[in-house]
Amino acid sequence: MTHSATTPPEQPMAALPGGEVTEGPMLAADGTPLKASLKRALRREKLRALLLISPLLIFILVAFVGPIADMLFRSVENQIVSETLPRTVAALRAEDTPEGEVPDEEVFAQLYTDLVIAEEYKIHTRLGSRLNYEMTGVSSLFRSTGRDVGRFDTDIYTDQFVEAAPALEDPANWVAWMEEEAVREALPLTADAWDEWVTLTVEENEDDPLEEDVPDFVFTTLYRDLTAGATPPDAFPDVDVSGFETVSIKALFEDSDEDWMDPQLWQLIETYSPEYTDGYFLNAVDMMNGPDGEAQFRPDDQRIYLKLFWRTMWMSMVITFSCILLGYPIAYLLSTLPLRSANVLMILVLLPFWTSLLVRTSAWKVLLQQQGVINDTLVWLGLVDNFNRLQLINNITGTVIAMTHILLPFMILPLYSVMKTIPPSYVRAAKSMGANDWTAFWRVWFPLSVPGIGAGSILVFILSIGYYITPEIVGGTEGVFISNRIAYHISSSLNWGLAAALGSILLALVLVLYWLYDRIVGIDNVKLGG
Amino acid sequence: MNITRLLTATTALVATATIAGAESHVEMANEMTIVSWGGAYQESQRKAYVEPYLEANPEVTVTWDESSAEAVAKLRAQNEAGNVTWDLVDAVASDAMRLCDEGLAMEVDHDELLAEAPDGTAASDDFGDLIVSDCFIPQIVYSTTVGYRTDNAEWEGRTPEDICAIFDLEQFPGQRSLEKRPIGNMEWALLCDGVAKDEIYDVLETEEGQDRAFAKLDTIKDSVIWWSAGADTPQLLADGEVVMGSTYNGRLFSLIAEQGQPVEMLWDAQVFDLDGWVIPEGLDEPTLNRVKDFLHFATDTQRLADQSKYIAYGPARQSSAPMVDKHAELGIEMAPHMPTDPANSENTFLYNYEWWADYRDDLDAKFQAWLAQ
Repeated sequence: MTHSATTPPEQPMAALPGGEVTEGPMLAADGTPLKASLKRALRREKLRALLLISPLLIFILVAFVGPIADMLFRSVENQIVSETLPRTVAALRAEDTPEGEVPDEEVFAQLYTDLVIAEEYKIHTRLGSRLNYEMTGVSSLFRSTGRDVGRFDTDIYTDQFVEAAPALEDPANWVAWMEEEAVREALPLTADAWDEWVTLTVEENEDDPLEEDVPDFVFTTLYRDLTAGATPPDAFPDVDVSGFETVSIKALFEDSDEDWMDPQLWQLIETYSPEYTDGYFLNAVDMMNGPDGEAQFRPDDQRIYLKLFWRTMWMSMVITFSCILLGYPIAYLLSTLPLRSANVLMILVLLPFWTSLLVRTSAWKVLLQQQGVINDTLVWLGLVDNFNRLQLINNITGTVIAMTHILLPFMILPLYSVMKTIPPSYVRAAKSMGANDWTAFWRVWFPLSVPGIGAGSILVFILSIGYYITPEIVGGTEGVFISNRIAYHISSSLNWGLAAALGSILLALVLVLYWLYDRIVGIDNVKLGG
Repeated sequence: MNITRLLTATTALVATATIAGAESHVEMANEMTIVSWGGAYQESQRKAYVEPYLEANPEVTVTWDESSAEAVAKLRAQNEAGNVTWDLVDAVASDAMRLCDEGLAMEVDHDELLAEAPDGTAASDDFGDLIVSDCFIPQIVYSTTVGYRTDNAEWEGRTPEDICAIFDLEQFPGQRSLEKRPIGNMEWALLCDGVAKDEIYDVLETEEGQDRAFAKLDTIKDSVIWWSAGADTPQLLADGEVVMGSTYNGRLFSLIAEQGQPVEMLWDAQVFDLDGWVIPEGLDEPTLNRVKDFLHFATDTQRLADQSKYIAYGPARQSSAPMVDKHAELGIEMAPHMPTDPANSENTFLYNYEWWADYRDDLDAKFQAWLAQ
């Protein structure tokens, strides 16, 4: 039933102090429309509230949301290839080498320039480690060629140029030439290499370019400019390079390491040359960019992450469920006992909560191992044969037991705080109307405690999905979670991109599950207390 | 006073003044943050050379950070944040190599930075092959080796003679513990599958070789507890949870010598590894001078030999080996407990860092998938 239906149509919409009746909006005392005035007052209120929480908000943004966003961004970020080998990547794109073939001399010449510079900045090995995530062996390929590249036989160009025109040996001359636009235009590769070298000398090595020898790679690019038919202006020494002894840079790379002649390597560099990549995400779901550029599943013996995601999900559910099973009766007891004994019990619940996580987990080791307290007791009681002791740790059982124990307080506390608010008179009323104990509990008490179960389950499930220390210690090989792999990639393998991709997927999964939970149970049915 | 003597005296005076002048020109920071492993190892460093150094230089204060296990990740994070707070990092050789590759560690000239041996041998010769990276200053040689309990009734008095006892469930039944990573285990598996020691990495490079290693590990997979912390195997051995297991030799030493557990060491095919110093890239001048000064002192022949009084790891300098003495508290001769002792090092294995740098990602994925099967 709407309001207008009950309002007689002849009643005035708004009455001004003068008794005048208008059809317009209701006005406040100062003449502004009431709606706007209300809005303004509310806005001021909101602003004040915002100001009050702003320290916390800023802190969370800076210390929590920002770093997480930055970390997650790494899962797609891939500038390293195009930043370390800019010329090579450009040449590869321009070249369009047919699939399955090694690019020609031109690309290798650019790679030579890139690699000499990268080696000076000591960033070539970083790129090697990055590409090694995708293809085994690239790491040492870059490392070993990085050592060789400074000693490539390209000095024959330097010698021949200096012999033909001694002026070329003096860096001061070069500075003068390179200031002329005409020279730069005529010799684009040389100008680029020269600039790069000057920047490097001044900024990285903090040397004076005028006191250094002009390096081989600048002469090599000069040779390439000149053979490409460049005619520098008169200011630049006129050198006829047609009679020069030449050297194949491709062959030099092959001499350094024949892996450079592997078409797969070049396919890899091309695949990972864009600034953003789906490679980490593919890896995180056991796929990879195949040789044809199409995403495909990894070989069976390398698939692990989907299995781990699945295991993390269902084990977290098992843990949540066992927490409900164990926590519910305790919370029930806590909320129905007299205050004095309830407090003692509460301390018993909280005591493990205050103990270090590592201590608790290690204690489970002592209890659960085959020569441990529980097995010893069972053997002593004659329930278990001495040579067939139960395997309770280093497997799924161990993880479920230890994590249930560790997360139990997170289930008991919300349950308790909700149960505390259920008036005992409801159960009494139910009983007075003829319900037996079970019906009174199941039909009256239990439905009222469901919000507590909801809150506890969400807490326990989300916490357990991200756990890694406990599974690492008691999980053996079958009881580890996806977070153990994330930790491994963060701190051991340093594949932060993959760790970020795995983390993003985990975050997305939690959000999806939360949404599902909201649809099925309803988030309004979750109470932490009151 | 004749003129010659006067001249000599003046020259000496000038020379002294010059040296003093040169020294006072080297400005050194008085605070240094050293990153190490904590525990018994850090203690051995503190007693062998940090405290003596501080005694000689009372103006210096040292802050310890026990983060060596995550040295690479943390240093990378510090570097990206543009705020490197560490001055000297203790790291294993493979981590040092990665720090070098990532441009996070400083390349050093070992002969310029480090002290000569007492007989005048240059530092680079004294450390020899153990300088596996330009950024790495070796301190100690440790090994991953196997310990076994001596009181196994089921073994009927047999004692393991070689590394392949790990794979022999008939002669040596019981649970064993192995490290939860491919490095070391793959090599042992191939070695016990009949591959010659110098061909192991060639074989391991091939798909078939890897399958072969996994097949060998498959034969004992159900009897293995996989460890990830160095303290696991000693605890498992002490509790009788496993009958044999691999761990660092220093851990086994304290289990046997300090705790008196019925455990023996099997030195066969021990996998050598190195631990040493790394200087982070980008230190300011005074700090760098202090670090260099400290390193010169802390890695000389005597200091490295001193360290072995406190922990059973072999000094990385050849010239330190003859100076290895008794344990400072237990009073036992340390030499027989050193991985580098001739009797123990008849059959050793120095793992191939370069090779693992390439294959670690690939093999680790396969190893984890194999574990999860």
